[in-house]
Amino acid sequence: MLYRPVFISASFLLVFAVIGSGLVAFTFDSTEERIAENQRRALLKSLNQLVPSDRYDNDIFSDTLLVHDPELLGTDETVSVYRARKDGWPVAAVLAPVAPEGYNGNIRLLVAINLDGTLAGVRVVQHRETPGLGDGIETDRSDWILGFNGKSLSNPAKKGWRVKRDGGQFDQFTGATITPRAVVKAVHKALLYFKLRRQRLFERAPEAATDS
Amino acid sequence: MNSLPNIIRDGLWTNNVGLVQVLGICPLLAVTGTFVNGLGLGLATLITLVASNVTISMIRKLVRPEVRIPVFVLVIASIVTIIELSMSAWFYELYKVLGIFIPLIVTNCSIIGRAEAFASKNTVGRSFVDGFSMGLGFLLVLVTLGTMREIIGHGTLFSQAHLMFGEAARSMTIHFVDSYHGFLLAVLPPGAFIGLGLLIAMKNVIDKRKEVRTEVIPAPATPTVQAAN
Repeated sequence: MLYRPVFISASFLLVFAVIGSGLVAFTFDSTEERIAENQRRALLKSLNQLVPSDRYDNDIFSDTLLVHDPELLGTDETVSVYRARKDGWPVAAVLAPVAPEGYNGNIRLLVAINLDGTLAGVRVVQHRETPGLGDGIETDRSDWILGFNGKSLSNPAKKGWRVKRDGGQFDQFTGATITPRAVVKAVHKALLYFKLRRQRLFERAPEAATDS
Repeated sequence: MNSLPNIIRDGLWTNNVGLVQVLGICPLLAVTGTFVNGLGLGLATLITLVASNVTISMIRKLVRPEVRIPVFVLVIASIVTIIELSMSAWFYELYKVLGIFIPLIVTNCSIIGRAEAFASKNTVGRSFVDGFSMGLGFLLVLVTLGTMREIIGHGTLFSQAHLMFGEAARSMTIHFVDSYHGFLLAVLPPGAFIGLGLLIAMKNVIDKRKEVRTEVIPAPATPTVQAAN
């Protein structure tokens, strides 16, 4: 008889676990689509800030490529490349590299590069930098990141691709050098990657490869 | 048995979660950088507290005492996950800001504290009132601290209000000083600690004053009320 209460308690707990998970599963199921749509819309919004929608006419979402280059793209994961084309001609590629040397770890970026190798723009997608110091990389906080627009590997030359404290061309923030340094480095590397792989980046992927 | 006005007073002031119990200060200190963040997390905590108090009060006679804590945790975790998913579906922008702190509500001891100390011993109605007042008390602390830190740290108020109230609220932002460079201490975690400390001190001062007043002059209260009428 000693085991009876234990058994009852355990079954009670089990019932609760099942009900709880059931409710969570139900909510997940009914919100999943909406959440995916939100993420899609947020991504499209940032893509369109970089490559305005009148510059391309393809479905930029499905025209993607997955690439892998831990050295130049800053992450061991595969990185998505969104390709903008107009009338079938390549216009720009948007890479999603990572700046691994942020003050608090990874800074996820979107780097849009025009076909001629100039930057159409850079945006921060996700970061954990110090509020008030490092978060100047967000467009909501400062215009700093817009300073990349129009830059390329030759403008400035290699030496200029640093923050001013390191002898380069890009401003740092008061009290925060590490964050902008990490971003400048990652953008520069993304440009190098683009230069090396430009041909391949705009290749029309076989249908099967697009959704892999 | 506590009367309803007493339960409300307890939650909002006498036994305030943030200022007296000093529970759940991890999210409290972490997100109160701005008014809007404080309000967002405050509302999420309020909803969780009400929902968990009501649920736990409903099942209070079924739960065997030896498994009550795991059951409470299960209930709270389910509620928080549901809130997190709903928020990500309907307030995506705000969710991106508060994202990592929403799951932390599970670990907010004030919620399991109320479940154990109140909801497991009281009726559904009273637990609802308790959850609501406790949550509102916590929300008010979050909002006050957020307001203080935003004004001092950024020189603004209601910045990023559009995350909660839609695009129309974008213009709600008030700038107090032009080209304010910000006061870092207020923005960083130490500012949160100092701010919370000041709030607690302020509450204690107010309580002391009230005590003194009721002790020294209990008599003239009646005539003034009559005069006002």
